[in-house]
Order: sequence, then C-alpha cells, then structure tokens
Amino acid sequence: MNLEDIIQETKTYYCLECGKCTSICPIARYDSAFSPRMMIENALLGFEDELVLNQKLFSCLTCYTCQQECPSDVDFPIFVRKARSIAQDNGQHGICAHSGQLQSLARLMTSPAIKQKRLEWLSKEYRVSEDSDVLLWVGCAPYFEPIFEDIEFSPLDITKASLKTLNLLGIEPKLLSNERCCGHDALWTGDIETFKKLAEHNATQIKEAGVKKIIFSCPEGYRTFKLDYPNYVDLGCEVQHISELLAEKIGQNGVKFKEIKKKVTYQDPCRLGRHLGVYDAPRKVLESIPGIELVEMRHSGWESICCGTSAFTNCDSYSNMLRAERLSEAVETGAEMLITACPKCQTHFRCAMVDKGEEKRSMPEIEIMDLANLVANAIKEEVIISK
Amino acid sequence: MAEFEPQIVAFCCNWCSYAAADLAGTSRIHYPPNVRIVRVMCSGMVNPIYVLKAFEGGADGVLVAGCHLADCHYLDGPVKCDAMVDKLRKVLHVLGLEDERLRREMVATSEGVIFAQVIREMVEQLKKVGPSPFKAKMEALV
Repeated sequence: MNLEDIIQETKTYYCLECGKCTSICPIARYDSAFSPRMMIENALLGFEDELVLNQKLFSCLTCYTCQQECPSDVDFPIFVRKARSIAQDNGQHGICAHSGQLQSLARLMTSPAIKQKRLEWLSKEYRVSEDSDVLLWVGCAPYFEPIFEDIEFSPLDITKASLKTLNLLGIEPKLLSNERCCGHDALWTGDIETFKKLAEHNATQIKEAGVKKIIFSCPEGYRTFKLDYPNYVDLGCEVQHISELLAEKIGQNGVKFKEIKKKVTYQDPCRLGRHLGVYDAPRKVLESIPGIELVEMRHSGWESICCGTSAFTNCDSYSNMLRAERLSEAVETGAEMLITACPKCQTHFRCAMVDKGEEKRSMPEIEIMDLANLVANAIKEEVIISK
Repeated sequence: MAEFEPQIVAFCCNWCSYAAADLAGTSRIHYPPNVRIVRVMCSGMVNPIYVLKAFEGGADGVLVAGCHLADCHYLDGPVKCDAMVDKLRKVLHVLGLEDERLRREMVATSEGVIFAQVIREMVEQLKKVGPSPFKAKMEALV
C-alpha cells in the first residue's frame, strides 16, 4: 500500500487544516513536536519521508480522541496505522518498550510448530468445558504475568476473575490451549505480515473449536476480533466484552451482588470506549453493585484521557506526564479506587506508580483494579449456583 | 538424512567467558563447532530481546555465560543476568520452549575446559530435544 491509497482510503483529503485534532490530542499537549495536523499535511503535500521516517509517527496513541472532534471525519488512527506499515517497510519500528520483547513474542507465536503451555494457571476451582460453545479469550495474560511481576500486577488475576464470574453466571466456557496473540500490537505498529499469520492461526483454531461466542476480558482483543479480523479472516461467531455480558445479565435480573462499600471512579479504556462505543455497560455493572458509589473524573466518557501508551511503542516522558495527569484526576475525585476494564491501562498506570525513574518524580497514587476483579469479589455465589 | 546439528548462540562476557572460550582454543581443547559466540561487555547487559531475537533467527539453543558472582568487572552483572534469565525462562516456558534451550553458566577466565564441557553437554542435550520450533525461517540462510 502506498501513501496515495492511504489518503484515499481514510479520506484524509477532506482535512480542513482546522487543527482540532492537534489541540485535543493528549500527546500533543505535552510533546510540542507531535502534531496530527502536521502529519496529515505532510501526507497531502506528498512529503512521504517526513511522515514515515519520523519516529513521532509511533507516538500516536491511536486513542481516537482526535476523530471525535474532526469536522471532516478523517480517520486519523487508521491513517497512522497504515502509514506505520509503510514505515515498517522502511525499517522503522518506533521505540519499543520493554526492549521489544512483546513484539518479538508475537512474531515467535506465528510459528505453527509451537506447543504453548498457556493454561498451567488453571486450577480445579474453575469450571471449564470442552463442549461449550462459549469461549473465554485468555490472550497475552500468561505472557504478561512474568514480564510485569515487578510492577505488582497480575494480568492472570483478571482472567481468573472473569472465569470465576462466568462460572457464577452458570457459564462453563471453553479455553483454547494453543491460541495465539490476537495481533493487536502487531497490527497497530504496522507489522501486517505478523498480524495476518496470527489471525489465520486463531481463526482456524476457533473454527475447529466450533464456538458461537467469544468473551473477552481485554478490550484490545475485543476490538481486534470485532473490527479488524473480518477484514482478513472469517470467524463466523459473535464476540462480546465481559462488561457487556454482565450488563445484559443484570438487565435480566440474573445477577445478585453483595455489598461493597467503596467510592470508585472509572477509566474508559480507549479500545472499549471510543473505538467501540461501550461506555454504559461497565458503568451499569458498577452502579448495580450495592455500596459502590461511582464518581466520574473531570474527563470521562469519550473525553477520557488515555493511559499513555499503545502497542508498547514510544513510551516516553510525555506518556508519563499523561499518566500523572490522569492519576491526579482520579485522586481528585476522592475515590478510593480506580476501576478500569483493560489490563493494559492497569499495566501502564501501575508502572507509572512503581517506576518513578531516576529523577524520583512524584506520582499521584491510587488503588487500581479491573472491573472483572471487582465483580468477581461482589457476586453472590450461592444465589447463582443454585439457579 | 544427516544427523541434526543444533545451532547455539552464546553470549559471552568480555572479561571471563569469552576469555575462557579463547583459552579453550589456545589450549587445543576439542568441542563441537555448533556454537556462534557473541562477545558482550557483561552478562548483565544481555537483554531478553537478544535471546528472543536469537530464537527468532532460528537458534536451537542460547547460552548466556559470564563471570562468577564475585568476579564481575562491574560488580553486580551476574546478579542482573540471573534475574533476567529467571524471568525469561518463565516466558519461554509459556511459549512451550524446552528448558534446555536456554542455558545460564558462569565460566571464569581460567576455565577453558569447563567452557568446552558446557558446549559439549548443550549440543548433546539439544540433539535429544530436536530442532527449535522457530527454525523454518533460518533454514534458507544456512
């Protein structure tokens, strides 16, 4: 794909140069060298090298805030994603966080010969079924578990909580023992080749498993399956985020919660919120737990501020400033706990709170928890099981 | 069909293990030629991505060798290296790689014999384990 095709496809030529994108962009607020408008202009004026050979191309969070305000409806995140694939062809990969381990793992997972041991955490207290037509997507959690152990974060806890919640709702899901990375990070860093291979592996396995519905505890996987997979592979099944499933069950009065007295605030993950428009389901779940008081941050809903990095590239001091801003907004609300529905938000916020850098910067601190964990703690066991 | 010859990438620290490999050579100690040595300044600087890239490139095994705990030129290199290897081992385990494919050794300058012994053992073990599941990409280059 060349630049001209990208301009045609994302309707970049409609750009009015109004600069709303740059003024609302969370990264541009801190990093004056980053400008979505300038990137679009470079593309329209044919300065391809200025666009694709610039490291700043990988700074975009693809958080979709710009697109909410754009009067011409230019799909800037997709524009960036496609420009990144040209950049990849030119040997640019952005500055990969964690020295690029996570990108490398995705590439390693494209090998058809591997036999992963990704379900060793599964203990007898969880009920799974081989014949179920509902699948719980585990995703990267088993890999993130050792990688992020020093920031006191356990992604598998979220998976376990989701599985427990499903069990309590009377669902015994199937788990795939050899599923691959969904390819979200590969796709958004422009590594289309890796993404295609991963998507094909996953689609084949899902078809063989004969499932009708996939439940996600990670919005990135959810987005990728819902919006990106249909362009490359045929899945032939429904996908749903666990918060949507819960909201649905609560609507049918199928869930009983015990009281948890806590004042909480909610961080909208960009993939779940702006990408897919799921704002109400997680709030509905939070509000239906007795004792939980939900207070909104200064920026919430579509305005909410991103956690600062996407696809593990270009995580820099600007990302950290963004996290500090978001965390201070959370603290300002007076909430005891920050609830999010995305494991990656949690990774980035926790990292910012633990790793204060050599300059020992001050970072607002707040307890942080995934929605699935809160729900698993709050759900009344006896009621559901006897049902 | 010819017997499978594993390919090993060895990250050896400049001050001890690389010198040990040198000593093995100058002392005419025989060991299998399956190893490609990468000299690094310290075992503590070996980043997980070096190891992962070696596997991506088709290595059947990776050896990370450096000074003994008290010998490090930079004081705490081996401690960092041990922590890195422990963490990476857990990740590679999930990926389904056999434990034998990543080996951590401490080899001092005077231990040329031990270096040769380590390589011999590793080649033997890897022959049993078989080719790496990531091999396909590398095949064309060999």
